[in-house]
Amino acid sequence: MHENTLPENSVRRGFLKKASAVVLGALAGLIPGLAGLFVFLDPLRRKSHESGSVLVASLNSLPEDGMPRKFSVIASHTDAWTRMPEVPIGAVYLRRTGEKAVQAFNVVCPHAGCFVDFKTDQKSYHCPCHHSAFALDGLIKDSKSPSPRGLDELKVEIRNNSEIWVEFRNFQAGNAAKIPIS
Amino acid sequence: MRVFLDWLDQRTGYRGIVRSSLYENIPGGARWRYVWGSTLTFTLSVQFITGLFLWMSYSPSSQTAWESVFYIQYQMWGGWLLRGIHHYTASLMTVLLVLHLMQVVIDGAYKAPREINFWFGLGLLQLVLGLSLTGYLLPWDQKGFWATRVATNIAAIVPVVGPAIQKLVVGGADYGHHTLTRFFALHAGALPAAVIALLVWHIILFRRHGITAKVPKRKPDGYFWPDQVLMDSVACLAVMATVLFLILRPWIFGAGGDLGAELGAPADPSETYSAARPEWYFLFLFEFLKYFPGGTEIWGAIVIPSLIMGIIFLMPLLGRWRLGHRFNVGLLFSLLAGVGLLTYLATAQDKRDPAYQAAVAEAEQNAHRVKALAQSPSGIPISGAVTLLRNDPLTQGPKLFAKNCASCHRYDGHDGTGGQPKDEQVASDLHGFASRPWLSGLLDPQRISSKHYFGGTKFKDGKMVKFVNKDVAKYSAEQKEQLKKVIAALSFDAQLRSQHELELRQPEIIKEGKRLLVSEEMRCTECHRFHKDGDDPTGPDLTGYGSREWLIEFISNSAHERFYGERNDRMPAFGTKQMLDRPAISLLADWLRGDWYESKEKAELAKSPKPL
Repeated sequence: MHENTLPENSVRRGFLKKASAVVLGALAGLIPGLAGLFVFLDPLRRKSHESGSVLVASLNSLPEDGMPRKFSVIASHTDAWTRMPEVPIGAVYLRRTGEKAVQAFNVVCPHAGCFVDFKTDQKSYHCPCHHSAFALDGLIKDSKSPSPRGLDELKVEIRNNSEIWVEFRNFQAGNAAKIPIS
Repeated sequence: MRVFLDWLDQRTGYRGIVRSSLYENIPGGARWRYVWGSTLTFTLSVQFITGLFLWMSYSPSSQTAWESVFYIQYQMWGGWLLRGIHHYTASLMTVLLVLHLMQVVIDGAYKAPREINFWFGLGLLQLVLGLSLTGYLLPWDQKGFWATRVATNIAAIVPVVGPAIQKLVVGGADYGHHTLTRFFALHAGALPAAVIALLVWHIILFRRHGITAKVPKRKPDGYFWPDQVLMDSVACLAVMATVLFLILRPWIFGAGGDLGAELGAPADPSETYSAARPEWYFLFLFEFLKYFPGGTEIWGAIVIPSLIMGIIFLMPLLGRWRLGHRFNVGLLFSLLAGVGLLTYLATAQDKRDPAYQAAVAEAEQNAHRVKALAQSPSGIPISGAVTLLRNDPLTQGPKLFAKNCASCHRYDGHDGTGGQPKDEQVASDLHGFASRPWLSGLLDPQRISSKHYFGGTKFKDGKMVKFVNKDVAKYSAEQKEQLKKVIAALSFDAQLRSQHELELRQPEIIKEGKRLLVSEEMRCTECHRFHKDGDDPTGPDLTGYGSREWLIEFISNSAHERFYGERNDRMPAFGTKQMLDRPAISLLADWLRGDWYESKEKAELAKSPKPL
């Protein structure tokens, strides 16, 4: 280019001009971009709303033979701006393990997050998506099961002799360890 | 690297593209007057970027649009900044469009062979105005909602097809979900796509014909890069700085208030909104319409603006003659002067109009209130934020009072909303009803016969007034102390929030007051009942006096035997006669009792009022 023939200070000025053009232009464009990026990243600081213990069912509603039954978990829920006082936030399987003892599982398959069904004839839980199978006590039924861990057991408390309170949680799917989603 | 770039160049020819776009010849060198087109391209990109990010958090339906914008503005990281940039850049774009148009017309850049590019530019202008119009509705607040109703009603006056056009734009006969989805599809889909298409052609044609150099040329010819790019960069940065200034204005001047774009109260078709105005750059059209009497609006709204656009469209053809060019420049300046004048008239008139000012104040109050409610622990219900205001005693109470009660009663001397009713006061002032100060006034011989209490009613000659004037007037200092306790006990039954803390500290006084209230020496229970069945009371039952339940029942039917019975004065049975429904009466009762949600800081502030 003919720039080569220009005196040196003119070349330097040319560089300064180019640099400031790029920097100033980038600065102008950076401001809206950054504002957008911040809003885009907002979900990272949102925590899942823990509901604590929730009254799910009464002891009488569970069969004596230890077969599980499915119950909805009703609790308050916040969806971004909407506050809902009492809505289903998930479901659990409850089964009696003693006169005053209950075992609770989150119905979500730890493999990929589908809802598992209980097959009465096979006395086991079966996932309709990738055919993971779980025994009555929630453990993996056969070694070919795609699920990395057994069904997620939840903390249960019996209050006032008959109320079943469950500490409802969801856990990360696809992981051998049981990590709560926060 | 070199090898890779060569490889790339052979396949894409990128070097040629970069060279031709950077080393475009500028006759007479770079000049500031050429920056407008670049700033417009820049602002459009800003709108695309910010719009895309806003889109990720926006939810177009009549129960979620306002709510999602509220969430962006007040709950999300930097949401106020993002929305502020989008809003104020839109405003600045209108200004830049006008500057660009002026530069093009004054410099004669529309003349042959650039006519078609001029028309593309006019198309872009229309599209950008369309973007403004559709974007104004999307927050679904009162301002956007009512302004859009006006705009779409104008569409309906087009002969024959008008109503159909309106229905298509609105997405039905009523404004709702489909109005939002349609406006949003236009705003974020159809119009931007059209803008991009036209802009690409606009720039291609601009490159084809080159810049229209301003003569005389001051300098030798130059290149676009870096001289003109530097000027463009500085101009774009100045635009962004202006946008930031507009967003941060309240903070810079320490005026307080929210940063960024305004968000009014949620759209409510059942609430009148007299503060409806279009965005400032459409104010001239709004003002223009005022000069067209009923039946001729079509001239002001459609015919004349279209004719003017038509003339502008013909500018390149008129500009072929010397006189034509002068006419074009003259026309442009007269149009701008006209727009300026109409905008001035619109704002000046609003400034002088107390009704409009009151409407704006009310709109601001409602906006402020609904945001406080939305941030309260109970939050926004599924039915949307609009119900927050509808069910808010602080918002609805004053209006209900002004409409139903203020023809006889007063509230702190006014009609509840701060106005003065035209009817004379003939019944008590209910501000602080059932509170200790209110009851002290009622039992004060100096005041019971005043208009503030029974002065305007038929009870001014009744037993209560006689009792206060004869007995209470002669009370000894000790009896006066006892009366204070009785008042405290009676007022305790109202369970007023304003007295709650005081009452917690004075259980003994209240207990003693209760004993005195039913004692023979105070004589209250000669006519009234108080937590006990008496025989044939003649005055209102004092059990639960001023409580929510008591007040609701009283407003429903004050002539019920529990209250005044057949001695009732003119007070209508609002509930029994179905003049007001139960929720309305409850709102009224809650408001009179001062029972509404207050944010924590505000409650703290009220507890420890600062000395004046």
